Amino acid sequence: MTKRNIEILVGLFVVLGLLALVFVALKAANLTSFSNGDTYRLTARFDNIGGLKPRAPVRSAGVVVGRVTSIALDPKTYQGVVELDLDRRFQFPKDSAAKILTAGLLGDQYIGIEPGGDDANLAPGATIAQTQSAVVLENLIGQFLTGRADAAGSGGGGGSGQ
Amino acid sequence: MNAIARLGAIALEQFRGWGHAAFFFLELLRAVPASLRRFGLVVAQIHAIGNRSLVIILASGLAVGFVLALQMYYALVTYGAAESLGLIVNLALVRELSPVVTALLFAGRAGTSLTAEIGLMKAGEQIAALELMAIDPRQRVLAPRFIAGVIAMPLLAILFSAIGILGAWLVAVGLIGIDAGNFWSIQQNGVDVWRDVGNGVIKSAVFGVICTAVALYQGYETEATPEGVAYATTRTVVISSLGVLGMDFILTALMFSTGR
Repeated sequence: MTKRNIEILVGLFVVLGLLALVFVALKAANLTSFSNGDTYRLTARFDNIGGLKPRAPVRSAGVVVGRVTSIALDPKTYQGVVELDLDRRFQFPKDSAAKILTAGLLGDQYIGIEPGGDDANLAPGATIAQTQSAVVLENLIGQFLTGRADAAGSGGGGGSGQ
Repeated sequence: MNAIARLGAIALEQFRGWGHAAFFFLELLRAVPASLRRFGLVVAQIHAIGNRSLVIILASGLAVGFVLALQMYYALVTYGAAESLGLIVNLALVRELSPVVTALLFAGRAGTSLTAEIGLMKAGEQIAALELMAIDPRQRVLAPRFIAGVIAMPLLAILFSAIGILGAWLVAVGLIGIDAGNFWSIQQNGVDVWRDVGNGVIKSAVFGVICTAVALYQGYETEATPEGVAYATTRTVVISSLGVLGMDFILTALMFSTGR
């Protein structure tokens, strides 16, 4: 085999490998979903972020509009500070609300944005004022149990519960 | 006392061997810049190492993709999660299977041929002849093969992933009848380019260094007899396979232990 043929074959091999990388990156991974160029940053503070993780999706009306970039604890207010990168195509009114929701019953947690009615939009770097924390199952069960105990205590008189 | 002396001798022998290998590796690395300037030699070696391993890598990747998709389907369908088939196959391939299986196949297919080639060169005193002509055999013989191995391994591994995912697609969409849109979109949501694909490529580059360096060392240090070459070839496969599996555990712990 001549040197030139070998060079052509090696070139084909390298091109094939790079094509495979492009295929895996574009078709079978998330390179297409969001690039860094066309996003803007928002901040939201939550009393409890539950099981939210970085790179969790941000959805509005169920449509993915951005991703969570970082999660930190504010050392003064003890709130969770969540930074969001939203797609520039989607601007939300100033009084929009951010909620931490769960996909399905036991699925991953994500941030849902409910648009408000304000004329002005949230500027890049702004903080979302209205937030609703994650629902923590243990707290919910705790409330439910104490609620039942209270009801039993006030309604049942001296009876031994229901 | 005798037993302790023997233990000490074994330990010293081990240390001597490891130190010898480490010095060999350093000298190999030192020869790399010089042989990068003569890239024609590297290209010829990529052909010998990479192109000729292509068929076995593609065939294995396709088979692994087929089998993973079929087996995972039976487990997933009981939980009503058959749509995530693509995601599981994709993550398994990109993160673990394609770097490791490619490296094991590479050790068997290309590593052995490197060891045998260099071992026979040494047995035929070609290496000594190069030295006599004041040509550094590390620059001329070893480094081009090393660079070629380190370049070829990530390319082979990513081809393994791609063909495996295509194989899973054939089984999932063609045979089982999972919706093609869901098959791809669930993967796109769950697989991260840098964390999963990128780390897989880094892994395979590290495995390329291990497999090629072990094969070259075994060939270069072989006893210059037919039995010596046979023994060195066997050791190439054993040592590079164990090295790849051990290193894979370390790399996985470093790369993927910090949660999502």
